[in-house]
Amino acid sequence: MTPIKTVGVAGSGTMGAGIAIVAARAGFRTIVYDTREDALARARKQTEGFFAKSVERRKLTVGQVDTILGNMSATTDIGGLKACDIVIEAVFEDLKVKHAVCAALDDVCPPHTLFASNTSTLSITEIAAGSGREDRFVGMHFCLPAQLMKLVEMSPGLRTSESSFDAAWDFCKAMGQVPVRTKDNPGFILNYFLVPFNNDAIRLVEAGVAAPADIDRAIKTALGYPMGPLELLDLVGLDTHLLVAEALYASTHEPRAAVPALVKRMIAAGQLGRKTGQGFYTYGGAAMFGG
Amino acid sequence: MFYQLIDTGNSRSFSARHALLESAQTDGDVVIIIGEKVGHALQTLDGSERKTAVLIELGAESLGMHTGESRGAEGSNLLGFSRFRLGTDEPTRLVEVVRQPGSPATALAAAKEIFEGAGLEMAVCGDFDGRIVDRLVRPYYNAALKRLDEGLATADDLDMTLKLGLGYPEGPIALLERTGLEHHYDMTHALFEATGDPAYAPARRARVAKLRAETKA
Ligand SMILES: NC(=O)c1ccc[n+]([C@@H]2O[C@H](COP(=O)([O-])OP(=O)(O)OC[C@H]3O[C@@H](n4cnc5c(N)ncnc54)[C@H](O)[C@@H]3O)[C@@H](O)[C@H]2O)c1
Repeated sequence: MTPIKTVGVAGSGTMGAGIAIVAARAGFRTIVYDTREDALARARKQTEGFFAKSVERRKLTVGQVDTILGNMSATTDIGGLKACDIVIEAVFEDLKVKHAVCAALDDVCPPHTLFASNTSTLSITEIAAGSGREDRFVGMHFCLPAQLMKLVEMSPGLRTSESSFDAAWDFCKAMGQVPVRTKDNPGFILNYFLVPFNNDAIRLVEAGVAAPADIDRAIKTALGYPMGPLELLDLVGLDTHLLVAEALYASTHEPRAAVPALVKRMIAAGQLGRKTGQGFYTYGGAAMFGG
Repeated sequence: MFYQLIDTGNSRSFSARHALLESAQTDGDVVIIIGEKVGHALQTLDGSERKTAVLIELGAESLGMHTGESRGAEGSNLLGFSRFRLGTDEPTRLVEVVRQPGSPATALAAAKEIFEGAGLEMAVCGDFDGRIVDRLVRPYYNAALKRLDEGLATADDLDMTLKLGLGYPEGPIALLERTGLEHHYDMTHALFEATGDPAYAPARRARVAKLRAETKA
């Protein structure tokens, strides 16, 4: 296996920008590709802001940040990724879009380049099937916000070679992340457990078992979770929850993955959570009151 | 607020010394009944209707077992409660207080004052099987045990994912094995019987633990 030195990130949105920070911070040369100039510019600004804070908090020196930023580049030309030893895609969550990006990457990248997908709900095997290199394709699911969360769920597709998986695993560790191995299963581990759990919490509200604030307080006090499920849903946004839950339900048909009717009613009423000022709780500014 | 305590023995909520037990008086506006025989103590209690609240410790049973039920209009100064506890673990700081549709706010306020005064946290819920925590977490624990059997990931990776990804202090497999899988069986068995919901059907690993515990006994 060629040692990984240069990392490509396809898609410079919320996740791609965070993943690029992780790779560059660990000393890899990092090239970010997006079709949109504005997405690249926004990510660059956020990245500079993030590293300025790292300096303020004395996690990094100015000199270190200069080196890291000097190692990062951006391009709207997919050909710019041709020198990469691994490319992590974080483009839209759409199988057709991912197939198109991976097929184009297959044309520009040398044979040794590994492909990784950050998909949350699609199958690694299905994305790999359209990549032209199913044996060198792995799932690498980072958590939001990627620049702060250490966990990466890694899954091989049905045709991923063990040596490709091992190389990606070692690379993940070299980035300072904590990989866990999971099957190419809908929702991997985290979303497979979290989405139905959150649906169940919504069902408690729906059935009048308890008020949101009582449910959250009970879970936090009894189990020591840092956030209750309904606070977390308000933070994630009910629209995002709906998308992930519908994708999970479509592939598992497990009853607990089915989205409770209350979610669609709340979305119709504009109660998406924190971002609209109202969800399971009412928000004034950033502070939470009532419930 | 002054309250009287009646201890009928073997309380699961208060099995050791606790501020709530120590601050009890011989009489008061509120009566708290704990232990295994709360039903009997309640029947022989005089003047309970004049109290601001009568708080009785519940096991797996509904509050309606003690009050009787009709037309969804039940509700009195009698409230149920239980301190949440997982298997062999010590009771937590959480007290789930069970209300009925017509339970008066004064009774709930008295319960809150007493429990919070004793350093506990109170969460109010309706008279539902499993109340809040067991009703919500048992299907998730079942799913974790089932997925471990199916080889989704190793126990360590399952636990690590939930700890790092969601900040849970302990992963589900470590937690259940530490507090006794046989207790998870008892709780899910009762909830499955009560609700008929397959999400509560005890996971294979819990059933094995239960059968092994019975064989040993
Ligand atoms: N947001 C999350 O919480 C989260 C968490 C884990 C994984 N994911 C996954 O990460 C991926 C990206 O999610 P996101 O939230 O960052 O999305 P996003 O919408 O913020 O970013 C997607 C970016 O991809 C770019 N893009 C789209 N099509 C492209 C193409 N053909 N070529 C190059 N760039 C293209 C877009 O311009 C955009 O900048 C998805 O697969 C998602 O499921 C998201």
